[in-house]
Amino acid sequence: MRELAELLQTGQVSSTELVIACLEQIKQTDGVINAFLTVDEQGALEQAAQSDARRARGEALSPWDGIPVAIKDNISTRGLRTTCASRILRNYHPVYDATVVERLKQAGLPILGKTNLDEFAMGSSTEYSAFGVTKNPHDPARVAGGSSGGSAAAVAAGQVPWALGTDTGGSIRQPSSFCGVVGLKPTYGRVSRYGVVALAPSLDQVGPLAKTVEEAAALFSLIAGEDPRDATSAGAPAFQVPRWNAAVVQGLRVGVPEEFFSSGLNAEVEAAVRRSLRTLEEQGAVLKPISLATNDYAIDTYLTLVTAEASSCLARFDGVRYGERVAAPDANTMFAKTRGAGFGAEVKRRIMLGTYVLSASHYEAYYEQAQRVRTLIKLEIARAFEQVDVIITPTTPSTAFRIGEKRNPLEMYLSDLYTATANLSGICALSLPCGYDSQGLPIGLQIMGDHYQEELVFQVGRVVEASVERGPKVEV
Amino acid sequence: MKYDVVIGLEIHVALLTESKFLCSCSTAFGAPPNTQCCPVCLGLPGSLPVVNEKAVEYAVKAGLALNCQVHTFSRFDRKNYFYPDLPKAYQITQDTYPLCTDGFLEYYIDDELRCTAITRLHLEEEAGKLIHSGSSIVDSEYSLVDYNRAGIPLIEIVTAPDITSPRQARLFLEQLRLVMRYIGVSDVKMEEGSLRCDANISLKPQGSPVLGTKVEIKNLNSFRALERALEYEVKRQSAVLERGGKIKQESRTWDERAGRTLSMRSKGDAPDYRYFPEPDLPPLQLDPAWVNCLKDTLPELPLARLRRLEESYGLSRYEATFLVNYPDFGDLFLELAKAGEDNTALVNLLMGDYARLAREQGHLAPGRIAELLRIVAEGLITHNQSKAVLEELFRSPLSPREIVRDKGWEVLRDAEQLRAMVQEALAANPDIVSRYRAGEERLWGYLVGQVMRAAAGKADPKVVNELLKEELARG
Repeated sequence: MRELAELLQTGQVSSTELVIACLEQIKQTDGVINAFLTVDEQGALEQAAQSDARRARGEALSPWDGIPVAIKDNISTRGLRTTCASRILRNYHPVYDATVVERLKQAGLPILGKTNLDEFAMGSSTEYSAFGVTKNPHDPARVAGGSSGGSAAAVAAGQVPWALGTDTGGSIRQPSSFCGVVGLKPTYGRVSRYGVVALAPSLDQVGPLAKTVEEAAALFSLIAGEDPRDATSAGAPAFQVPRWNAAVVQGLRVGVPEEFFSSGLNAEVEAAVRRSLRTLEEQGAVLKPISLATNDYAIDTYLTLVTAEASSCLARFDGVRYGERVAAPDANTMFAKTRGAGFGAEVKRRIMLGTYVLSASHYEAYYEQAQRVRTLIKLEIARAFEQVDVIITPTTPSTAFRIGEKRNPLEMYLSDLYTATANLSGICALSLPCGYDSQGLPIGLQIMGDHYQEELVFQVGRVVEASVERGPKVEV
Repeated sequence: MKYDVVIGLEIHVALLTESKFLCSCSTAFGAPPNTQCCPVCLGLPGSLPVVNEKAVEYAVKAGLALNCQVHTFSRFDRKNYFYPDLPKAYQITQDTYPLCTDGFLEYYIDDELRCTAITRLHLEEEAGKLIHSGSSIVDSEYSLVDYNRAGIPLIEIVTAPDITSPRQARLFLEQLRLVMRYIGVSDVKMEEGSLRCDANISLKPQGSPVLGTKVEIKNLNSFRALERALEYEVKRQSAVLERGGKIKQESRTWDERAGRTLSMRSKGDAPDYRYFPEPDLPPLQLDPAWVNCLKDTLPELPLARLRRLEESYGLSRYEATFLVNYPDFGDLFLELAKAGEDNTALVNLLMGDYARLAREQGHLAPGRIAELLRIVAEGLITHNQSKAVLEELFRSPLSPREIVRDKGWEVLRDAEQLRAMVQEALAANPDIVSRYRAGEERLWGYLVGQVMRAAAGKADPKVVNELLKEELARG
């Protein structure tokens, strides 16, 4: 990206050429990959032309002015269809830009298009999209992961230099891991959620996906910081790409939680992560075995809270104001028929679960109990960060699985086993490639940092990245 | 059997903030439908609420004025239900940790002071407005929604079941409206919906400690409707109980035209709102110093003013109540009384023709009223003439003295001029004069009248009387 920025700066390449190259790559590869739900060819070319004109006048909006970006399709883009991969919003065109989109536009980034996801971000494989599964560029028989599968696959397949995703329980990190790219789940509140279609507002965060740590950090620097339109972002600091300093790992206390290396973890994944840990140790880091016992409860807690919040957040899709509507003789029937026809099976399942856990007679046993466990998880994480500076784990228990392999929803939910804790506790977490398995599939390593410790996480990530051999090049 | 009536009220007050509760759209009443909306109050996907500080300030003021405990920690919750006027299909409200609790409001029923406990007061957002093609959503071919109203800040005030009669319920609500008006947080107009009230009512055998089954009454659109609906329910429920029947726990709606309540839904159909903490808003944490500061800015409240008007200004309950109920008149009174005007003359003026004229045309500048009172006291004009001057003051920009001068309305006090008029009157009525002299003393008034008429009503009656006495004595 630094090279791209330099090429743009020196006029060796234009934004228009970049956008055309991306569009070309999408045309060649997306028939197989299905990363994009909407490609805004005309809009992107117009924005690129404007960027080139700015550069010609010497008025670039940022060093990244003109580098195209893709946006997950649950993030509102003014006038550009935003479907959440759901039939109920298949023709919904937002009247406003999400704050993150506004900020990218202010930095001069042309919006190339909108990427595929599990419907309303509910899933871990992008198989639950109403508009077809996204394939893994490393093996089209396998999933790209999810829910930000479209963004991860688009970056991995070279369709776009970088992209935005959202992460509620692992939805940036898990597909990043599966597709061999870098993805950050920022600290809760550090990036505005204004304009991001909510799955679970107490857990959702927008974050960058890119090929390298530096690029992810650069994209993050464009979106981070307090937004007066998002009350939960109050006090959040902005972010600047740091001066890279490998010495940061000297004396760095790296927590290695045993619960994340237990049964169920694929041996090749474990080996790759441990190799990276050893490399860090060799460079002066201190590995500290720690225990995060509450992680055993993370998935149950996460599912209870996500379904509860989602059942409420998705209630607005009633056919009254926008989206698809199924006509009926009375309002209640209209609501029921509209929602029955508009939502897919997984969305309905979660709405029903969420409605159940919030109902007066079950609230205490489920929702309230989950909130209590969440508090314990937060406390345990806070205590851990008294002893260590970062926590390193595998991002996922396995590499990308085959399309259709996980038919049982509960099995699918376990994909978030190592990632949900960061959302529940609000801390930041980066996933980056740390090797490949024997089938040539990327393996992801997760670096968790305390609240607002993104800079440290990126610094450590860059050291890990430098030590990892480049794997087989993606051929699509 | 005799029954005790137990009533509790649930009141919604729309706050008079310039922008909505959770976005910056205007709250102005009467704009064309759906012109005061944005992604937030339309509940568009991805939009997020941000609390309007002014709404919190107004709610805290209301809580303080109702003697509530204002909590420095409170929290927002979602109340989930589907309805076309509710854009997000949930209402942002405060359930578990309301802003205010444990208050009370004092008010008079005739001469008796009553106190009703306020259980809680919390902030929430208003829904949109449905306009049905038929008479209700059930029998309409279509319904239209206006979201201009959606997201206007409301406070919900819940009373304890302390109220024991329909009339008391009305008087309580009237006093509450007055308090809200005094502190300026709402225009509290029932006809525009900025003040709404639901009532819970139950009956129990007189003296029994056990509460009866309560019925909720909705659609009470006026003070009169509140009182009438409750009166109707007292009759209906006592008739059911007299028959040995049981009261069904249900919601009923007031049918104004038919003058009765109708069953809406029973308890079993009551929705489960699935309340849970609003994840998009951090808890509301208030600085105690800020709350204290607001306390200091509260104006004098109606009951305190009533007492002050009676005790310090010697007004009757009737006069004081008038001035309290019309705070603009009360303010005017206090301002002029402070400037040293005569309280009795002042309150008589304000409650008389002035009230009618001011309601039609707005108030006069206090200085002009003071001058009017002064020229009457000085005798520049008569009390009778003051009415004409008052009318003129509402029409003309001139001061009272200027009006009197322009119109030539000064009292005639010039003895020579008046003596001529007296002499003329006596000369013109020799018959009356001789009858008066013969002892028909009641004809005095007639003679005075003749002089006054000749003076076009401007003669100083005292001077006329003296001169008439002199001239008649002179024979």
